[in-house]
Amino acid sequence: MIHLETGKYGFFIWTAYGISAAMWVLLIVSTLLHARRWRRRAEALTRK
Amino acid sequence: MGPRLSWHAFVLLFANPERFMAWSRWAAPLFGALAVAAGVLGLYLGWSAPPDYQQGATVRILFIHIASAWMSEFVYACLAVASLLALVWRQMLADAAAQAAAPLGAGFTVLALVTGSLWGRPMWGTYWVWDARLTSVLALLLIYLAYIALRASMDDETKGGRAAAILALVGAVNLPIIHYSVTWWNTLHQGASVFRSGGSALAPVFYWPAILVALSYMSAFGSLWLVRIRGEIWRRRADAAALRAARG
Repeated sequence: MIHLETGKYGFFIWTAYGISAAMWVLLIVSTLLHARRWRRRAEALTRK
Repeated sequence: MGPRLSWHAFVLLFANPERFMAWSRWAAPLFGALAVAAGVLGLYLGWSAPPDYQQGATVRILFIHIASAWMSEFVYACLAVASLLALVWRQMLADAAAQAAAPLGAGFTVLALVTGSLWGRPMWGTYWVWDARLTSVLALLLIYLAYIALRASMDDETKGGRAAAILALVGAVNLPIIHYSVTWWNTLHQGASVFRSGGSALAPVFYWPAILVALSYMSAFGSLWLVRIRGEIWRRRADAAALRAARG
């Protein structure tokens, strides 16, 4: 059973998890966009 | 006696961009799937465990803090090894690997500092102290940022890569300082609590979630690193194609 109650420490715990989740989203999205952008550009240039 | 693969041949085997693009295509999603599986299981076990008798519910922060802190150092070690290979063998793939690792390492270091700070406030009574562990990890973040800035500031990519590689190797001296800071100096930060002689200080209900979340972070790094290196190879191919087209 999951214990989601955090009592008086809720602010610290949920802020830590929230910032971690935001950082993961940033790293994943920036990585995928960077790779997609340059793959398309390389493919377009080598096709010419 | 069977055929022997020299170290140089071994490096070349993994330094071939075509071979890398072939195996990383399936390895990246595989690492990603492993990261999700280990992360879900680790967090489920971690949040199923009862609150710690001393730390209360703040022990939940440690699962993500320990993983971030380990990764901040591990990624830097990867960056330093890739930089060494790029300097010694002038390998394009190693240079791309070093460049791709830096933003990921900086992200992990920010997470280690922020989650540690959010754990420290209720447990130590302060968000920050200038003790050896916290200060050396802050220095690690500054080295990551300096590496990224140095590469970005030079028009000649080869020279920029070489200068950044030297910076990365010099900065590697900070890794043992971080690791042994809690032994060499009297710090507010506690000593090693997971891997230490005499066994882990963490109870098994907290130990396994911490290990699983760390495995998840490492697998996710593996996946993102491979994708970033692939992107970097495409970028360099695009630049080379654009240069050829410009020359007619």
